[in-house]
Amino acid sequence: MNIDLLVAILMTIAGAATPLLIAALGELVVEKSGVLNLGVEGMMLIGAVTGFAIAVSTGIPALGALGAMIAAALASAIFAFLTLSLMANQVATGLALTIFGTGVSALIGAPFVGITTSTLGPIFPAALANDPIGRLIFGHSPLVYIGLILTFAVWWFLKHSRAGLILRAVGESDSAAHAIGYPVLKVRYLAVLFGGAMAGLAGSYYSLVLTPMWAERLTAGRGWIAIALVVFASWRPGRVLLGAYLFGLVITMELQAKAAGFNMFAPEFLAALPYLATIAVLAVISVAKRGGVAAPACLGKPFRAAA
Amino acid sequence: MFDITRRRLLSASAAIAFTAGSVLPAAAQSGTNGEGVEPPVKAAFVYVGPVGDFGWTYAHDQARQCLEKNLGDKVETSYVENVAEGPDAERVIRQLAQEGNDIVFTTSFGFMNPTIKVAKQFPDVKFEHATGYTTGGNENMGLYNSKFYQGRAVLGTIAAMMSKSGKAGYIASFPIPEVVMGINAFQLAAQKVNPDFETQVVWVNSWYDPAKEADATNALLSQGADVITQHTDSPAPLQAAEKAGAIAFGQAWDMTSFAPNAHMTAIVDQWCPYYTKRVQALLDGTWEADNVWLGMAEGEVEMAPFNDKMPAEVKEAAQKIVDETKAGEYEIFTGPIKDQSGEVKIPEGEVIPEGDLLKMDWYVEGVKS
Repeated sequence: MNIDLLVAILMTIAGAATPLLIAALGELVVEKSGVLNLGVEGMMLIGAVTGFAIAVSTGIPALGALGAMIAAALASAIFAFLTLSLMANQVATGLALTIFGTGVSALIGAPFVGITTSTLGPIFPAALANDPIGRLIFGHSPLVYIGLILTFAVWWFLKHSRAGLILRAVGESDSAAHAIGYPVLKVRYLAVLFGGAMAGLAGSYYSLVLTPMWAERLTAGRGWIAIALVVFASWRPGRVLLGAYLFGLVITMELQAKAAGFNMFAPEFLAALPYLATIAVLAVISVAKRGGVAAPACLGKPFRAAA
Repeated sequence: MFDITRRRLLSASAAIAFTAGSVLPAAAQSGTNGEGVEPPVKAAFVYVGPVGDFGWTYAHDQARQCLEKNLGDKVETSYVENVAEGPDAERVIRQLAQEGNDIVFTTSFGFMNPTIKVAKQFPDVKFEHATGYTTGGNENMGLYNSKFYQGRAVLGTIAAMMSKSGKAGYIASFPIPEVVMGINAFQLAAQKVNPDFETQVVWVNSWYDPAKEADATNALLSQGADVITQHTDSPAPLQAAEKAGAIAFGQAWDMTSFAPNAHMTAIVDQWCPYYTKRVQALLDGTWEADNVWLGMAEGEVEMAPFNDKMPAEVKEAAQKIVDETKAGEYEIFTGPIKDQSGEVKIPEGEVIPEGDLLKMDWYVEGVKS
């Protein structure tokens, strides 16, 4: 295998993994605070369409990515208000958010069907990415680096910052956190807004980087994979990174194997591989039980402050 | 995979909305044999995808709008989009029949059985199903399809003439006869130009998954293909080809806007002539159930304008195939045709019958799948 092909494959893996990583890290923070938001797919679509619309209107893709974060955070604010302030069922509201996001993104996107825009291209000077190794290090879209930095930031925040400790306390025992004076609902609101912004950013990866266009259901179910990744990673940022890149690897290898004319297995089997791999890893994790498998204790439970 | 919820919910809520409205008895329909339907004819369309997919469903909806333009106030149209194939489709089709539509076009392969069922219950309503193979014996149900493979032969010719590596990448959805036939037509035409030409197929197991289509394109390009063609519905492969400086072709509609440099031409689905003809027949009282498979000659399959980047001799060769196909002088599935193992499957001079094409399950020489 020559180095060009290897680098091309590695870059495709990073591309496939990045949006999953960013969306899953956002959802991880949300779940760590004790809230289950199943609306990731809907928020990603809202992010994708808003990012594209802004990039087309202004000609600045970076502005589109920013707008995507704001729009998806606004959508998540609806979810937060319903589930946190009005104590609506989180599962049902999250599903409703996905359906809402699918519909509203189709509505917003209608005038933008059939056009394309400039992409959110590499940030480093092209001279650095001339040889294969340089390309592997410097040739990615900025979102790939943001995903890696974000993994570290979320890990540090949860593990080593006071605010992260409070967030985890809220997710593990909301009444205890409340009793010692922490604003449970405020913490959860902020977590949900962060999760929304990350989902929006992940969605904009599809409409601004991978396939610079808008079409209905552009993300094609990736939001659900992001949610599964959080469980897969047993709520640990480092494992989310691992899981996202593993998923990217399996998806890419499936397509590379087919493109290389490797037809030992039926295409249906290869297409099922990512999901089989997910099940296998989940099974291994649950058998191994080496710490941190459990979900946050208050996940999905509404909180009403005692009077 | 995970996209059932919206379709389910949409069609379910549509069904509820319909039930709440007034329901006309089926007997109130007009359109007996020999005399035409009083204008305006009410025509309804059932779509499998969103009208904004810029592919299959988009083409059908463009044809619906064109039908309205052609017949003016003699026709009234309506549509339901995002209808899941299966039981939901049956409910939607039945509701459209009950609402007093004179003719219902169901535009996806998976709507065939639901259409057959509903057609039995509403003998006075006409039904037209796209891409199916049977009407279940209903006399009020017709079948229509287009010979897209004729366009694939043009693409194959352009691909082989412009490729430097002699290898094309084919992004395919599912191994059904319609897709297999397209792959074979493409490869056969390419082989006529370059006997060593190869077509590498990657199945993405979806009609519509832009991210996966793009990744598959990148995989094919990194493995040496320099021409990309597709039988999936999104413009994603074109965009990936554009980025890599390869050439590619649009699917179902002119997709030049997505890839001004890579887009050589596209197979454009033109359903408008057929829709206009059938509704006109209903007005005239001459509608009869038929089973048509029309192509370039009838204007159902068109090629999008050739890109200026195409050398003159390539344009000429491509146009020649279009002209000869229209004149009935060019048929890509003419023997000798060898299968993947190199054995002659169709002897010299023999043409694969239409019936066999519609259940094609083997690949010609040079296809790597």
